[in-house]
Amino acid sequence: MECFVRHEPGKRGLTLSTRRILGVAVGVMGLLAVAAACGSSSGTGKGPVTLNWYIFPEFSGAFVKSAAQCSAHSNGSYNIKIQTLPNAADGQRQQMVRRLAADDSSLDILGLDVTWTPEFAEAGWIQPWPQNLAQRVEKGTLKSMVDTATWDGKLYSAPFNTNTQLLWYRKDLVPHPPTTWKQMISMANKLAQEGKPHHIEIQGAQYEGYTVWFNTLVNSAGGKIMSDDGQKVILGHPAVVALDTIHDLVHSKGADPSIGNQMEDQTRLQFEAGVAAFELNYPYVYPSAKADVPDIFKNMRWTVYPTVKPGEPTHVTIGGIDLAVGKFSKHKAQAFAAIQCLRNPQNEIRNAVLGGLPPVLESIYSQPSFQKAYPMWKAIFQTLKQASVRPKTPAYQSVSLQISYTLSPPSSVSASDLGTLKSRIQDAIDSKGLVP
Amino acid sequence: MRPPLGTPRLGAVADAGVQVGQPPRKRMLTERQRAERKLAWMLCAPAVAVMALVAIYPIIYAIYLSFQRYDLRFPADKTWVGISNYTTILTSTSLWWQAFGVTVLITVVSVVIELVLGMLAAIVMHRAIFGRGIVRTAVLLPYGIVTVVAAFSWQYAWTPGTGYLAGLLGGNSAPLTHQWQAIPIIILAEVWKTTPFMALLLLAGLSLVPEELLRAAKVDGATAWQRFWRVMVPVMKPAILVALLFRTLDAFRIFDNIYILTQGSQNTRSVSILDYDQLFTALNLGVGSAMSVLIFLFTALIAFGYIKGFGAAAPGQDVRGVR
Repeated sequence: MECFVRHEPGKRGLTLSTRRILGVAVGVMGLLAVAAACGSSSGTGKGPVTLNWYIFPEFSGAFVKSAAQCSAHSNGSYNIKIQTLPNAADGQRQQMVRRLAADDSSLDILGLDVTWTPEFAEAGWIQPWPQNLAQRVEKGTLKSMVDTATWDGKLYSAPFNTNTQLLWYRKDLVPHPPTTWKQMISMANKLAQEGKPHHIEIQGAQYEGYTVWFNTLVNSAGGKIMSDDGQKVILGHPAVVALDTIHDLVHSKGADPSIGNQMEDQTRLQFEAGVAAFELNYPYVYPSAKADVPDIFKNMRWTVYPTVKPGEPTHVTIGGIDLAVGKFSKHKAQAFAAIQCLRNPQNEIRNAVLGGLPPVLESIYSQPSFQKAYPMWKAIFQTLKQASVRPKTPAYQSVSLQISYTLSPPSSVSASDLGTLKSRIQDAIDSKGLVP
Repeated sequence: MRPPLGTPRLGAVADAGVQVGQPPRKRMLTERQRAERKLAWMLCAPAVAVMALVAIYPIIYAIYLSFQRYDLRFPADKTWVGISNYTTILTSTSLWWQAFGVTVLITVVSVVIELVLGMLAAIVMHRAIFGRGIVRTAVLLPYGIVTVVAAFSWQYAWTPGTGYLAGLLGGNSAPLTHQWQAIPIIILAEVWKTTPFMALLLLAGLSLVPEELLRAAKVDGATAWQRFWRVMVPVMKPAILVALLFRTLDAFRIFDNIYILTQGSQNTRSVSILDYDQLFTALNLGVGSAMSVLIFLFTALIAFGYIKGFGAAAPGQDVRGVR
């Protein structure tokens, strides 16, 4: 305010201050222009192009090694730079989506969760693989993983690593592991009567993990949540079997009282706390128990996931990461080449041994060096061969939210939820209504 | 130096009748004043242009999007759908009206508590004889901490295993996973964080109360409560209204505390969290924009309600006209 009163009346003092302001403004703009020019200098010239690889944080350093080796072996064609995404899957997706919605050309290689390919493909954010390269990727890769990477008959991403759940149990409490849910629940009831640890630990919180459980049950009962083209809800009788199974568990002695809040890590901790006889979870729980509770680890065993229909194979939901090339990338050819290198057998083995990420190439499971480093390879491989895929639709996020929302809390689930579930999923597919 | 026209003078509210023998209010502008006014406009112009660019354009664009089916995941299906996004939202009792109820509850309860505590803190800051600097710093400290950081510390405090507060409730309780325990925790975090802001605005109002007035009241035999209620509060009314208005609008748009504490699970969503889910998780720009427009309308309604409800004393009115 001072400049208002300082200059003398009558004098055209305005010009001085105006000039000064203009001078500052011009100066600032000049600086901005310089900064912008500096920022856009990459990508020109003859040297190797920089490929940005957006991927979840991997702490063992396996990805860093793969990236360095692939860059070194590219004959100066590319240089892979890892861009670490947030820890949580939701955060990873949001960060990439926000950049892609703005046509960001710096996204060259994208690490997509298995459920995101249809969404990114339909929105026009990722580049389909050229026919000849697609065939190379599909050859020798686990079928279910190829399925997650395919949308509209085209391969949009290359399976990178996979994961799936096993049944973990305490051999001191359960000499012969159950093969069906019914058996498991009655064993838990019996253990409860004997006053022994008896809980069955499973993910029942209102989140993605609960949808994974429901998907496993529906598929194992011989059904599907949704048609393959992602247009229609199916559910039907197998869904009733799935809902009954959840109902039976939560009304048995085997249910953990806090099942409605439990995610993977809570179930792991409960098992390690010694209150459970069974746990359905990913293989990371095994090294964790080894480090945390040697006494329980001693008796910890694994087997394939129990079935809902005796004699029928169980179809456990598959998880993992697919790698895609960004639609707006300026270096697509190099990005396709880099992805093929990142998922070559040598790198896949390192990811499994160092980072504990099960490989997607079938041939690796028969290698003795891998089998030695990965003791549960047999159960994992068997599960992966007959794994199920979550509903394939661009609206998957909404569909999953509707499922976990409608079936929460698990204690109130019954077969009568089927109608609501069906209409809410259909709304999600049609992008009608709000997401919970 | 005389303050510029239109600026409320100190004490103007209490004794608007006192005139110090000034020239009439409306008069011809001198050349200097005209030049100053021109400079003022020139100085404002860039800010106005920037506001138009960053505030007015997005609002208009959001209104435009709110009448479309526009889902980033289905770019090919983009069409005009009239008001159907609005009817979808307004007929959703289990989500929109549920979130709306939670938002109103949090807003009303937290603003009332903040007003009472803020007033106490303001009086303490105003009256503190020694250690005034330390008192003010201590009161204002929570306001200086980034909300997200504070929210994380509350979250850890209420999580069994990592927190000292969760243990107070005994056993294995996880209060943030139950709606009726989580909402009071959200309100607590909100009150802790923003009471200092309330206190600061009220402190500014307190300094408007002339000491003579209070002394005169005391001489007339008014009790401490009467001096507070009949002298201080009426004089402070404009400041109280500004504080209430700011905090109500802020509280209605609550986002960060809930986002960190519960992520909106167990039906603890506010309307802003619900809107965020539509836009960033579901990528549904149509419905999300419609919800943003509704939130905008409700905040406008709150502001309008305050100004109408409290009449001339409301901010933005001519302060000289109070009595």
